[in-house]
Amino acid sequence: MSRSETTADWQPACARSALIARAELNARIRRFFAERGVLEVETPQLSRRTGTDPNLQPFLTHFHRPGEASAEGQPLYLQTSPEFAMKRLLAAGSGSIYQICKAYRNEECGRQHNPEFTILEWYRVGFGLTELMDEVEDLLTDLARPTLKLGASERLPYRAIFAEHVGADPLSASLEELAVCAETHGIEDARRLCGSERSCWLDLLFSLLVQPRLGEERISFVYDYPALLPSLARHKPGEPDVVERVEVFLAGVELGNGFHELSDPLEQERRFDADLAIRRAQGPNEPEKDERLLGALRAGLPDCCGIALGLDRILMLITGAESLDAVLAFPLERA
Amino acid sequence: MAVFSTNEFKGGLKVMLDGDPCSIIENEFVKPGKGQAFNRVKLRNLKTGRVIERTFKSGDTIEGADVVDMEMQYLYNDGTEWHFMQPESFEQYVADANAVADAKKWLKEQDVCIVTLYNGQPLSVQPPNFVILKIVETDPGVRGDTSGGGGKPATLETGAVVRVPLFVQTDEVIKVDTRTGEYLSRVKE
Repeated sequence: MSRSETTADWQPACARSALIARAELNARIRRFFAERGVLEVETPQLSRRTGTDPNLQPFLTHFHRPGEASAEGQPLYLQTSPEFAMKRLLAAGSGSIYQICKAYRNEECGRQHNPEFTILEWYRVGFGLTELMDEVEDLLTDLARPTLKLGASERLPYRAIFAEHVGADPLSASLEELAVCAETHGIEDARRLCGSERSCWLDLLFSLLVQPRLGEERISFVYDYPALLPSLARHKPGEPDVVERVEVFLAGVELGNGFHELSDPLEQERRFDADLAIRRAQGPNEPEKDERLLGALRAGLPDCCGIALGLDRILMLITGAESLDAVLAFPLERA
Repeated sequence: MAVFSTNEFKGGLKVMLDGDPCSIIENEFVKPGKGQAFNRVKLRNLKTGRVIERTFKSGDTIEGADVVDMEMQYLYNDGTEWHFMQPESFEQYVADANAVADAKKWLKEQDVCIVTLYNGQPLSVQPPNFVILKIVETDPGVRGDTSGGGGKPATLETGAVVRVPLFVQTDEVIKVDTRTGEYLSRVKE
């Protein structure tokens, strides 16, 4: 953050031009989806349940009904994304929907992270990952047009791009082979950090060696993620090691994460339980699984793809800013 | 010594890494949306000056280093070591060639430097940003040429060699920026 000594803290961190760029971005997104017949929706930011992903830390607060100030209160989570509520709308027959909203993630702060940030999340009934990638490309090309000229996107299977930059196959390489790759690339701490945890090795090597090379003047999609990084994607038919998940990168920055959405309530519950087992091992803070989401899946989630994009990061890239602070009126330090 | 967690890592923090004192240059929070969080940290090894990059998991801790920067007056060189004095306490410190390193060519007696102490011993010396030094040797310049273009090497009283404009002569006193090694101006004595 550039902050001269004479600038008082009350002032916004971003220039007025960034406010205008954000308003323009929101208007373009709404136009884009209106033209495609995708319905804008709103879902709660405060909810009794939240995601169980062990790598996402929710904010927890307590609601007191009028006159109940002294009681313990109703625990409510600020949502790490609107995913569960939007899936409940889909299961209830909303059709394709989108939402521009705030999302909240604790324990995240840095040049590309602010604990509250703006998400654009949408779901397309009947889309496969390829059609979703097409739509993301159309949207991002449209949003970037005023300032960035993007070439045709590249679409890279995770295994191939990992092998190209790391030098080992992410699914079949032994951890020892991955350790040797890390050392070859000067990452000295990998063994100490990741030990025998393969998902950690993949996150570390991908983040440091692959991601910085993605999205040079065009959008890079990485798809078909290893099944041990499933999140809420469904398994790829005929390829048990792979899930139908896609990530979007531009200029080395991760912009979003999309899935061919898992719709099997039993598999969803297994993943909740697996997440919760990891969380129990980490410490006492254990959210409960969202029974209402499971109820919606049991009733039937239409076959759909969904994705969430970080709008602040998109704004950062299209305005040429170096950090999120330059596009946020009041980042954490000034909030 | 204090222990610092990754969330306290910031530019200038002095920490111990692999047994050497280091100064943090940059701390980048790296986290895939659905993955584990890391801190990619750039540090300068204060003994060797080498810049290294290391990765930590968010929440990891490292031990602080007993490193302090102190303004001191440079006193003299006894042939092998450099003597400094802390002006308030009059306490004297002796720095070896390793610690003084490149700074030695700018050191003029009485000038105030920043001496970095590690466990109470000088680890490095930073000369003043600007020094005023006498030229002891330079080629005679072209008379009347005040353009400053081109320039020529000049040896200063401390041994440093800087490029000066052609009109600047031996025995003149000049002001130099030690960070760039560039001549700035002539100084009237």
